[in-house]
Amino acid sequence: MTLADMKPGQKGRIHSVDASKAAVVRLMVLGLVEDVQVQIENIAIGGDPIEISVYGSSVSLRRQDARLFEVSLDETNG
Amino acid sequence: MAEQKEFRVALHDIGIRRKPSGQIGVIGNPNSGKSTLFNRLTGLKQSTGNFPGVTVEKHTGVVQLASSAVELVDLPGIYCLGGHSADERIAVDFLLGRVSGMEAPNCLLFVLDATHLYQGMFLLEQLRDLDIPIIVALTMTDMAKLNGIAIELSKLQKHLSQLSICPVLATTGEGMAELKLLLDKASELPDPSRPESWPELSAIAATISEQSEGNLHRIEAVQGLLHPHSEYAERLKNWLSAEDINKYSQQLFNGQVPQAVEARVRYRWVGQLMQEVVTSAPVISQYGARFRRWINRPWPATAGFFALMLLVFQAVFTWATPLMDAIDNLASSLGTGVVTVLGEGMVSSFLADGAIAGVGSVIIFLPQILILFLFIILLEDTGYLARAAFLMDRVMRSVGLSGQSVIPMLSSFACAVPAIMATRVIPNRRDRIATILAAPFMTCSARLPIYALLIAAFVPASSIGWFNLQGLVLFGLYLLGIAGGLVTALLLKSTALRGPKPSFVLALPEFRKPNLQTVAFKLLDRARVFLKRAGTVIFSVAVIVWFLAYFPRADYETRIISEQQTSGQNTAEIANTENSLAAEQLSQSWLGRMGRWVEPAFIPLGWDWRVSSAVIAGFPAREVVVAVMGTLYSVGSEADEASLSEKLRAAAWPDGRLIFTLPMVLGLLVFYAWCLQCAATVATIRRETNSWRWPIFAWCYMTALGYTGALLIFQIGSRI
Repeated sequence: MTLADMKPGQKGRIHSVDASKAAVVRLMVLGLVEDVQVQIENIAIGGDPIEISVYGSSVSLRRQDARLFEVSLDETNG
Repeated sequence: MAEQKEFRVALHDIGIRRKPSGQIGVIGNPNSGKSTLFNRLTGLKQSTGNFPGVTVEKHTGVVQLASSAVELVDLPGIYCLGGHSADERIAVDFLLGRVSGMEAPNCLLFVLDATHLYQGMFLLEQLRDLDIPIIVALTMTDMAKLNGIAIELSKLQKHLSQLSICPVLATTGEGMAELKLLLDKASELPDPSRPESWPELSAIAATISEQSEGNLHRIEAVQGLLHPHSEYAERLKNWLSAEDINKYSQQLFNGQVPQAVEARVRYRWVGQLMQEVVTSAPVISQYGARFRRWINRPWPATAGFFALMLLVFQAVFTWATPLMDAIDNLASSLGTGVVTVLGEGMVSSFLADGAIAGVGSVIIFLPQILILFLFIILLEDTGYLARAAFLMDRVMRSVGLSGQSVIPMLSSFACAVPAIMATRVIPNRRDRIATILAAPFMTCSARLPIYALLIAAFVPASSIGWFNLQGLVLFGLYLLGIAGGLVTALLLKSTALRGPKPSFVLALPEFRKPNLQTVAFKLLDRARVFLKRAGTVIFSVAVIVWFLAYFPRADYETRIISEQQTSGQNTAEIANTENSLAAEQLSQSWLGRMGRWVEPAFIPLGWDWRVSSAVIAGFPAREVVVAVMGTLYSVGSEADEASLSEKLRAAAWPDGRLIFTLPMVLGLLVFYAWCLQCAATVATIRRETNSWRWPIFAWCYMTALGYTGALLIFQIGSRI
C-alpha cells in the first residue's frame, strides 16, 4: 500500500521510500522518511493534491509522488 | 527644607545609541515567527535590501542591548542548508562570510518554532557544524500549548548542550529581556557542540577540515559531500583527491542520494528526540481545533478562497472611495488655487497642469493600492498563500503547472517584480519560466489607477444584487488577466516548455494571527515606495509631457483678448472659445505633432492622439498613463475645475463624436490588462531567466495580444 491509497483521516507508518526522484528527496527533507507516522489531513477537490501531516507539520504532495512512499496502515483505524 | 533625592537610572534605560559591534544572523524555518521576532528586536531601526549579487531580500536592523549594540541580519526562511534554491545557498554563503561585502556573523540566533520542532530541529542539526555560538529562541510555545504540545526544556537542553535556549513569545514580548541578555554576551558564549544526529558525517568533515589545514570549514566539507554538484564540492576537490572524496561518499551514502541519506539519518535522531522531549498535553480549545480543521476541508476551503477574493475586489473599490475623493478635491483645489494666486501664465500652468494634475492623478490611487497591499500582506502573514496554492493546484495542473505557481501569481496582483523573484521556489526550470511569463498578466497595483479611472468614469455605480457594478467590472478585468496568464502558460507548456508533469511539494503552515507591527511595517514600506515613484519617475514624466504639450506657444492669448473685444459674447461662449483655442494650441504643440504622427496606428482602436501618446508614455511604467492623461486633458482645457473623469467623458473628436465610447473604453481596458508596460518587469525577467530571449518574447507577445484584443473589441463593438 502507498500513501496515495490512504483515505482522509487515516494514519499510517512509512516503511520505504523510493528516493530516485528529486521531488521525493525534497519531501524527505521536510521529514517524510521511513518509520514516521503520517496522517492524511485533506485531499483537494478532484482527488489531488494530498495534504499529509507528520509530527503536526503539514506537507502537500501530488498523488504521482505519493505512490513512491510505501506505508502500512495503523491498526487503530483499520 | 526639602530633602535632596538622588535618582539612579539603570544604564540601559538611558537612550544611548551605540554603533553595532557585531553581526548576528537570524535563521529558521519559514513561518517560524522569525520576522515577528526580528521586528520585535529591531523596531523601526531596520533596512531592507538585497544580498549582493543575488536578488534575495536582506533585512538588517540594529538592536540596542544593555552594554552593546548588534546588527541583526534576517536570513530567508529555509528548511535545509545548501539545497537547490538561492535562499538555501545564500544562507550558507552568509554564515561562512562568503557574501562579498559582508562579514561572517559572530553569532547565530536560531528561531525554533515549538509547533514545528520536527523540521526546525533538522535545520538546527545542520547548523551545529558551524563554530559560532548559537542562541535558540523557542517561539510559539503558546500555540503549542493550544495544540496540546508540551516541551520539556531541560531534556531538550541536554541534547543541545552548549546552545542557549530561550523561550520567547514575540507576540507579547515574554522572554525578550532574557533573549536580549543572551544577545548582549553573545561573544562569550561557547561554540556549539557537534551535532548528535550524524556523528560519522561530522567526524569525516572534521578530518577533511584538518587535511585542508583549516582552509575548509567543517560545515563546508559537509556541504561539499552532501551536494556533489555545488561549488562547495568544487572547493573540496582543491584539497582532496577524487579517490578520497569517493571513499568518504561511499562510506557515508553507500551509493544512494546524499540528501536522502541525510534526511533518513538526521530525522531518525530527531524522531527519537521528539519522543523524549515532547509530551502531549490536553488540547485546550477542542472547538477551536475542530474549527481550524473544518475550514481546511476541501469544500469549505475552496468556497472560502473565492469568497475572500471577491471581498478583496469589493473592498478595493468601496473602502477607498471617501479617501480618494478627499485627495481628488485637495488636488483640484490646489490646482485652481495656484491659478488664482499666480494668474494665468506659464508658471501657473506648469504647477497646476504639469505637476499637480500629473502627480495628483496618480496619488489619488494610494488608498486603493494600500488596501490591496494590506490584503496581500495579510494573506502572506497568516500563511494563507500556501493554503491557496494547495487549493488551486488542480487548476494549475490543467495548464501544465503546479500549485507552486499560485503563490507568485497571487503576489503578482500587488506587483510582478517580487512575484517573478518568488518563482525561485519552483524547482523545474521550464515550469518556472512559464510562471514568469504568466505572472505579468495578473492585474498588478499599477494597473489599478487606469482601471479605476475608466470604470469610475464610464461604468454606472449601480448595484446588481449585493454587488456594486463597478466592483464587478473590476473583478471581470482581474479574471481577464488571470485568463491571459493561464492560457499563456498552457500554450508555452504544450509547446516550447513541454516537460514532465510537475510535482507539488510544499509545506503548509497553519493559520497564524498576523502580527500588526509586521503588517504595519510592510504597508508603510509599500506606501513609501509608491510615493517615491510618484515623486520621481511620475513627476519627471509629467513635467516632460507638460513641456512638450505647452510649447511651442501659438499666439492664442492675444487672440482670446481680441476675440473678446470684437464680439460681445457671453461667458459660456467665451469659455467655449477658450477651450477650443486651448485644444488648438495643444494639437500644434510638439506633443500634439508627435501624437498625430503615431495616431494612424491607433485609429483602428478608436484612440485619438492624446490617448495614444499617453499609452506610449506608459510603456516604461504603466501608472504614468494616468498622469499623462491628467496633464494632457488639463492643458487642453483651460477654465476648469472638473475632475479627470469628467474631462474624459467630454473628450470629443473634431467632428463632435465622443472619443470614449463603450467599445473604445472596453478595448482600452483589455489593452491594459494584457500589455507589458513595465520596464522593471522586463528587467526582472531578464535577470531571472538570465537571457534577453524571454523578456523580448514576453514584451512582443503581450503587446501584440493587447493590441489585437483592443482592436477586435473596438471594431466589433462599434458595428453592433
